Amino acid sequence: MALDKSEVEKIAHLARLHIDTEEAEEVAGRITDILALIDQMQSIDTATTEPLAHPLDVVQRLRADEVTEANHRDELQEIAPSAQEGLYLVPRVIE
Amino acid sequence: MQWETVIGLEVHVQLSTQSKLFSGSSIQFGAEPNTQANIFDLALPGTLPVLNEEALKMAVRFGLAIGAEIGMRSVFDRKNYFYPDLPKGYQVSQLDFPTVGKGSLSIELEDGTEKTIGVTRAHMEEDAGKSLHEDFQGASGIDLNRAGTPLLEIVSEPDLRSAEEAVAYLKKLHSIIRYLDISDGNMAQGSMRCDANVSIRPAGESELGTRTETKNINSFKFVEKAINHEVQRQQEVLEDGGRIVQETRLYDSDRDETRSMRSKEVANDYRYFPEPDLLPVVIDESFVNAIRETLPELPDAKRVRFVEEYKLSDYDAGVLVTSRELAEYYEAVVARCGDAKLSANWVSVELQGLLNKNDWEISASPIQAERLGDLIARIIDNTISGKIAKTVFEAMLEDASSVDSIIESKGLKQVTDSGAIEKLVDEVIANNPEQVEQYRAGKEKVFGFFVGQAMKASKGKANPAQLNDLLKEKLK
Amino acid sequence: MIERTVAEISTALASGDISSVELTQAYLHRIEQYNTDLNAFITVCEESALEQAKAADKSRSDGDCKPLLGVPLAHKDIFCTKGVTTTCGSRMLQNFVPPYDATVVEKFNAAGVVTLGKTNMDEFAMGSSNETSFFGVVKNPWDTARVPGGSSGGSAAAVAADLCAMATGTDTGGSIRQPAAFCGVTGFKPSYGRVSRWGMVAFASSLDQAGSICKSAEDAAMMLNAMAGLDEKDSTSIDKATVDYTATLNDSLEGLKIGIPIQHFAEGLSAEVEQNILDALKVYESLGATIKEIDLPNNHLSVSAYYVIAPAEASANLSRYDGVRYGYRCAEPVDLEDMYKRSRSEGFGEEVKRRIMVGTYALSAGFYDAYYRKAQKIRRLIRNDFLAAFKEVDIILGPTSPHTAFELGAKSDPVAMYLEDIYTIAVNLAGLPGISIPAGTVNGLPVGLQLVGEDFAEAKVFNAAHQFQKNTDWHRNKPDLTGMES
Repeated sequence: MALDKSEVEKIAHLARLHIDTEEAEEVAGRITDILALIDQMQSIDTATTEPLAHPLDVVQRLRADEVTEANHRDELQEIAPSAQEGLYLVPRVIE
Repeated sequence: MQWETVIGLEVHVQLSTQSKLFSGSSIQFGAEPNTQANIFDLALPGTLPVLNEEALKMAVRFGLAIGAEIGMRSVFDRKNYFYPDLPKGYQVSQLDFPTVGKGSLSIELEDGTEKTIGVTRAHMEEDAGKSLHEDFQGASGIDLNRAGTPLLEIVSEPDLRSAEEAVAYLKKLHSIIRYLDISDGNMAQGSMRCDANVSIRPAGESELGTRTETKNINSFKFVEKAINHEVQRQQEVLEDGGRIVQETRLYDSDRDETRSMRSKEVANDYRYFPEPDLLPVVIDESFVNAIRETLPELPDAKRVRFVEEYKLSDYDAGVLVTSRELAEYYEAVVARCGDAKLSANWVSVELQGLLNKNDWEISASPIQAERLGDLIARIIDNTISGKIAKTVFEAMLEDASSVDSIIESKGLKQVTDSGAIEKLVDEVIANNPEQVEQYRAGKEKVFGFFVGQAMKASKGKANPAQLNDLLKEKLK
Repeated sequence: MIERTVAEISTALASGDISSVELTQAYLHRIEQYNTDLNAFITVCEESALEQAKAADKSRSDGDCKPLLGVPLAHKDIFCTKGVTTTCGSRMLQNFVPPYDATVVEKFNAAGVVTLGKTNMDEFAMGSSNETSFFGVVKNPWDTARVPGGSSGGSAAAVAADLCAMATGTDTGGSIRQPAAFCGVTGFKPSYGRVSRWGMVAFASSLDQAGSICKSAEDAAMMLNAMAGLDEKDSTSIDKATVDYTATLNDSLEGLKIGIPIQHFAEGLSAEVEQNILDALKVYESLGATIKEIDLPNNHLSVSAYYVIAPAEASANLSRYDGVRYGYRCAEPVDLEDMYKRSRSEGFGEEVKRRIMVGTYALSAGFYDAYYRKAQKIRRLIRNDFLAAFKEVDIILGPTSPHTAFELGAKSDPVAMYLEDIYTIAVNLAGLPGISIPAGTVNGLPVGLQLVGEDFAEAKVFNAAHQFQKNTDWHRNKPDLTGMES
């Protein structure tokens, strides 16, 4: 599976990464090489194999429905790039 | 051309747990921004989710209530997209293995017939935060208090054929979740939100038309308006020879129109995959049975029982079971006074009228079921007439003392002393010789005049039956 | 004293031969001397380390005798440390000061350790050479022209150069074992779920596991005693009783069945490394173990499957770095999309971006079945191979890496770099415990021997490694740091 520049741009947009047009070619080449490595998987038949999401066959534990968290807003917003009046600020969201 | 409308609803219901789906933050409505967002809710590095047991139970509870298949093994997935109100950059949801599978519920159409609406699935997921667009020098403010609130997304089959049916379905859903006590269903506060998938096709056509998804519908009234508006728009487009574009539209209640959401137009590719920070949720029969045992009687079953047990009309029973609280109130009234029919009238007419007029919830009714029962009991035992009872009912709003003491203190007790009534009747007959003559000449309509006069003289307190009997006798 | 094992230091502290303050000062001094060249530490916590050392000495005089009390440790900079910058090797988190401790950090604090600082690493643990760190490459103490391995390269170099007594690490595809092999130290990865991932910056959730880099298997056992256990905050942490991992270190290996995967001795393995491993096998035979060839028929697909699963999970795990709530935000974004794209492109390095791209592609519409689902199926086949092997043997032995540490810049091709982890990756996919211990040298560079156990058979792995170390002294070998002092 070879990737072209336009696919690289599409994927970069999905991942919200900026890729310069000059870079796109090289990135496409690198990713194509990696996909070639990955495609070795296709060499075997797995039609009857169940996927394995976690190495261990265990199930989800449940948490009691209790409020355990206090308000730490001020402390948490100290590390924010931009916050005002308790809100995180971002460039205007357009709907 | 005749068009047929096809509607499917996606309803998001906020579950009324104490804490979030995957963290111990509170989900209380109305808190100061970001005071209910902990390090997990803010997606700080290395933080991890653990599933809230109560949210899972509530989802199962809903599934059982609509006779759905329960996912004995459900799996959470990540739905990936970037938005400032989505801190992790993915929403944890359920794609292939939801907690609630296929089920159904029935709605009543205008002509009184029942229609079954299929529920495709109901899956658990996290709510997002809120973007506030008030101007912060051209910026938006992000409040993540709501991020991570447990949601149940209930997806219907495209079985609805009109805006009215959609509203009936939504109301039924609302009633069920309130009966189950899994959400307050408050649409104004966003605890129940509705997206409508709408398409139209020529009547008789079996292929579905291209659909649009209208988001942001936050009241029953708007559901109807938004769908009607969208149906109208689609008809105009098609009749002008145009094509419907599959897109997401936003309902603007201020302008009563839907408009295309351009920001979501870029084909979204959500890249779902199983959430590796969570394990499969496996439940067993005993888990499900324990929940089944706590299920309340649901509106449909209650309605049937009311008809059988209390001999109510199907209509009256239907009105009384619209909410669990109303039905419970009604039953408490009956238990107190013993007359099911009279109780039904008082609850559905007088009480409901009062609540509607003041926009009160039944839980906030100033008149408790027991007091209303006492009032009705006094009608039954002839202490007061039904008419006087309305006066007492009014008085009860101001006066918290017992029904009996209100009747006593206001002197509203019915006159049942036949001697006293006889005196009144004699006086009326003596004072109106002309009418007596007319009556005796066969003009029976005049009888009402005598009743009115006598009642007036008693200030409405005379026992009507006794009064009638005496008048008839004396006028012979 | 600083060159000694944790077990030895623990004894010396207990007997009063040395105080924690003296020891801590000695390590801090050594860090000052050698870190400029090695670049093993991103952050050194001089002040708080000395305070902790004082407190440890005080506790000891009050009767506290926890085995790790006062022992100086370094944390890989992937573990969140309350009030101490946690960078994960990235510009994205260059100024990130977490308001919380990782569970691993909490547990070591409770054990009374002294935290010397945070060690360098490949950015977001993505790398096998420590060359992707935003804070510069780490150099291998055995030869500063060579890489220390990665991603826990800072921890491995720090332990090898005696800049600390022990260090934490994380292992997603070999990130503890391979740098341990390259730096001639002991590196241990527990079974998936044995140690909590809470507070450990996520790379690939279903593969990441915290572990240890130290000077002996016995030390690793002591460290696991402090780290292991159920954590209610991590859904993937296992509710399974822990044991005293040091209790069975001295069990006899008589009758131990060792499996040798034929795939780990095939094309690609350096002949000298192979010879070292075969020599090690002789040691085991002399201790009463029996050797048996085993087949891991799907091992050759482990790198392929890994490079779908790990990037896919990472692509989502790294979406949270968006410049909104913490971390790097680009200057003067013109709009929301610009903020996302520039913050992420400027905040992440090339390798991280590459893997996010690969993962995003693998999950995108139309490719899910062919990539992610396929990789998960292969993951099952790989695990099944191990399960079948463990029906016949008690432990699996092989080289940790096909060769010794390579030169800085030698692997500029990503795919060549990925294939570095050919012997370690399958162990992560299967979730098994594994250790790398020094087993010789080739041209003066250490060779790592990997031992892999069954699910939760950590004690067995430690036992086998410890018996080897009791009968050899490769783990006592030290690099010559002459000329590096600054």
